[in-house]
Amino acid sequence: MLAEITLRNWLLAEIPQSKSQARCQRVYISWLAFRRNPVAVIGLLIIASLVAVAALAPWITASDGLELHLSERLQAPGSEHWFGTDELGRDIFDRIIWGSRITLYIVALVSIIVVPIGLLVGTVAGYIGGWVDTVLMRLTDIFLAFPRLILAMALVAALGPGLENAVLAIALTTWSPFARIARAEALTIRNSEFILAAQVQGVSTAGILLRHVTPLCLSSVIVRLTLDMAGIILTAAGLGFLGLGAQPPTPEWGAMISLGRQYLIDQWWVPTVPGIAILVVSLGFNLLGDGLRDVFDPKSGG
Amino acid sequence: MTRAPEAPLLSVEDLHVTYDTPTGLVRAVRGVSFELGREKLGIVGESGSGKSQTGRAILGLTAPGGQVSARRLDFEGTDLLTANHRTMRRIRGAGISMIMQDPKYSLNPVMTVGAQIEEAFRIHSKASKQEARLRTLEMLRTVKIREPERVYKAYPHEVSGGMGQRIMIAMMMIPEPDIIIADEPTSALDVTVQLQVLAVLDDMISERGMGLIFISHDLNLIASFCDRILIMYGGKVMEECTAADLGQAKHPYTRGLLNCLPSLEGGHDELPVLQRDPSWLTSPGVPE
Amino acid sequence: MDQSTPGDQQSAGPGLALPSNLLKIVGVFASLALTFIGLTAITFIIGRVMPADPVLAIVGDRASQEVYDQVFLQLGLDKPIYIQYFKYLGQLAEGDLGTSIMTAQPVADDILRFFPATLELATVATLLGIFVGIPMGVVAAVHKGRWPDHIVRVIGLIGYSAPIFWLGMVALLVFYARLDWVAGPGRLDVYYDGIVEPKTGVLMIDAAMSGEWEIFRNAFSHLVLPASILGTFALAYIARMTRSFMLDQLSQEYILTARVKGMPERNVIWGHAFRNVLVQLITIIGLTYASLLEGSVLTETVFSWPGIGQYITNSLFNNDMNAVLGGTIVVGICFVGINLLSDLLYRLVDPRVR
Repeated sequence: MLAEITLRNWLLAEIPQSKSQARCQRVYISWLAFRRNPVAVIGLLIIASLVAVAALAPWITASDGLELHLSERLQAPGSEHWFGTDELGRDIFDRIIWGSRITLYIVALVSIIVVPIGLLVGTVAGYIGGWVDTVLMRLTDIFLAFPRLILAMALVAALGPGLENAVLAIALTTWSPFARIARAEALTIRNSEFILAAQVQGVSTAGILLRHVTPLCLSSVIVRLTLDMAGIILTAAGLGFLGLGAQPPTPEWGAMISLGRQYLIDQWWVPTVPGIAILVVSLGFNLLGDGLRDVFDPKSGG
Repeated sequence: MTRAPEAPLLSVEDLHVTYDTPTGLVRAVRGVSFELGREKLGIVGESGSGKSQTGRAILGLTAPGGQVSARRLDFEGTDLLTANHRTMRRIRGAGISMIMQDPKYSLNPVMTVGAQIEEAFRIHSKASKQEARLRTLEMLRTVKIREPERVYKAYPHEVSGGMGQRIMIAMMMIPEPDIIIADEPTSALDVTVQLQVLAVLDDMISERGMGLIFISHDLNLIASFCDRILIMYGGKVMEECTAADLGQAKHPYTRGLLNCLPSLEGGHDELPVLQRDPSWLTSPGVPE
Repeated sequence: MDQSTPGDQQSAGPGLALPSNLLKIVGVFASLALTFIGLTAITFIIGRVMPADPVLAIVGDRASQEVYDQVFLQLGLDKPIYIQYFKYLGQLAEGDLGTSIMTAQPVADDILRFFPATLELATVATLLGIFVGIPMGVVAAVHKGRWPDHIVRVIGLIGYSAPIFWLGMVALLVFYARLDWVAGPGRLDVYYDGIVEPKTGVLMIDAAMSGEWEIFRNAFSHLVLPASILGTFALAYIARMTRSFMLDQLSQEYILTARVKGMPERNVIWGHAFRNVLVQLITIIGLTYASLLEGSVLTETVFSWPGIGQYITNSLFNNDMNAVLGGTIVVGICFVGINLLSDLLYRLVDPRVR
């Protein structure tokens, strides 16, 4: 009890004693603001559940979702199979749980590709300016001008179907907005005094970009990433639905919907349940993103 | 409370405006009382003193979340507290009107100047489009705009600040209200333009025998422009006096404000800083 | 009183603007050209550079050696890359998108046959989004925090969190299979096929023009569900943006001015706030229409709607590279075109930009 009180005091102290304390304080205060928005907290819970479910998959599921039990095919949801079984007798509940790992894999992979590229292009363009800026922005605009799904389809046509290729295709069509955001922030910061101070001290351009400019762009980029994440998941599901993403028997949710499509009328649960999973996760990211945006950039959105 | 020269147009008694915010109750206006006749009343105060909120409360346009209460809020015999929507809409514009601070924001950017002024006219009269247009042009001439035809067709972003405020005045005066509330009308203008705009305002008020509530933070300006002055601080009236008697003000806050004003005659090494006494927020102000 | 203070001079009228207007138009076209080059560069890279054997991708593995060699020369694969690219651009300029493996027809012809169906779908869906979504957004903004606002936000959230193909399937299940309110997949019941002469390619218009009202009703019944699904997507986005814009405008000073003038609240909302929002909505509607062209890919698959989305998808499964790329370029051009159009419209309508 005593330890709790002093922790809270430490987090809310007027004058932080160290850089790490200041950083912890900022996170805590943002968290307090975030917490006030119940809908955003729901989003956070959904995403947290997704991560938990994916991590605990081996313990929650009865099977690995890949074994065939042809004698039990197309069974309705019941006590033994909570979400029923699909056309090959596989338990749908288990497949959904294992599929969550794929969803997280996609989310993580796309983020790892898109954020560094966006930050790099954006900060360089915004900070250096001039023709470098013009060229980089033209490049960004070209990718922005393409319809996402269709470009992803064309890329998969060239590279062949598969989860990694789908991820690459999605990443190539999603990085542009982040570059724009990073550039906008870099432009604002470029003429600040602390940047001038760093330059006077002899810090290289790369050093300035890495240690000073990038951290300030990070929060806007993260908010935008969360907001776009739902779209990324939906695009991935779309590619999976078209058979261009993860290949069977991998339990990717979009592919599950596609395979179950022919059973829609009489065994509706086969294609419907994976869709609900996608809806919930997508919703979670949207709510979380809205909440983050209200905390970090309340001016936009209302 | 000093009495207005003749039967008052507006009577305000014990006005309160309170906002319910997540961090607690905010009392923006706390027991303000005054009367207004056909005269120029100035309300002076710093930011947060509640002067603008008083003006909005009179018009019934307090922002959502704000609660307005008063013992009496009367305009020409009509009780503004219990008036229904239709009555309030009739009073707004044709009875009481308001000029705001910055025409860059207070004029609709996608409508022409002429259309906006005409609209103000046609809300309160059944005139034809032709007549409305003629009256608008006439009004533009009255506020001393040189080429009314051209300004009529212009958009707000195409005119300067001073002209924009005169357009504002034209728009708010065209339905011929009895009272006009001017909320910091010259604060966004250059000094040279300020005097022009004030002159136009002054002419129209005298000519039509209107009542004016002039809200500002500029004590000098109010002292030279208005007949009576109300000094507000922290949502309450600290002192009320005539402009002529301002030099004999008794309340320490008023004296403090007067002392802070730089004087061209010199005599100060350092401008004194106003020392705030927390008891001003709770004590009843200067008795009459 | 002399009013000739410098601050009061009006800005120069339109007479002086000609040279700068010309410059702006040139700028727009230059920008357009650059984007087009970028677009074609990307499709070129995807089609010619990425695949291990671009000729194989175009002719298929059943083609004879002669055809293979012919196409090889046609593509200029023996020449350096930039020459190949110029050849490619040249072909595009002539409207030659290559020949499809599937149909053995020029890709351009195929696309022209399939495009109207997608246009029909996207247009109806956008109209739905506009006429339902905009009022929803306005109502939500005006009643912020109360139940109309919450309902609109929930509908919006579901609209763009749900996978559109799944939504389509569920809708088919409920409204077609269980309730039998609408017709099923496809554009027309099979036995009506081929009766109406395709004049515009848009079935409903053609049927109306021929006076075939039974066919008209049938086509409508088939159109309702996919258009509603796509429309929900459009509606969600438009409602959300309208709400956001309206909230922004309603907090502006000129709204207070309008109320001070004594305007009825209805006029304040629609005559003042909404007019300012309209300008911004043009861009949003353009974006929506463009994204629906893309969203129809998945919807067409679910509803077996013979539009360009289905065309690209089928070409993909048949490894028909020319067709896929041809479709991609056409959709890409439409995308760019629509955005350009809405941008121009915006400049025309907003007096501040003029």
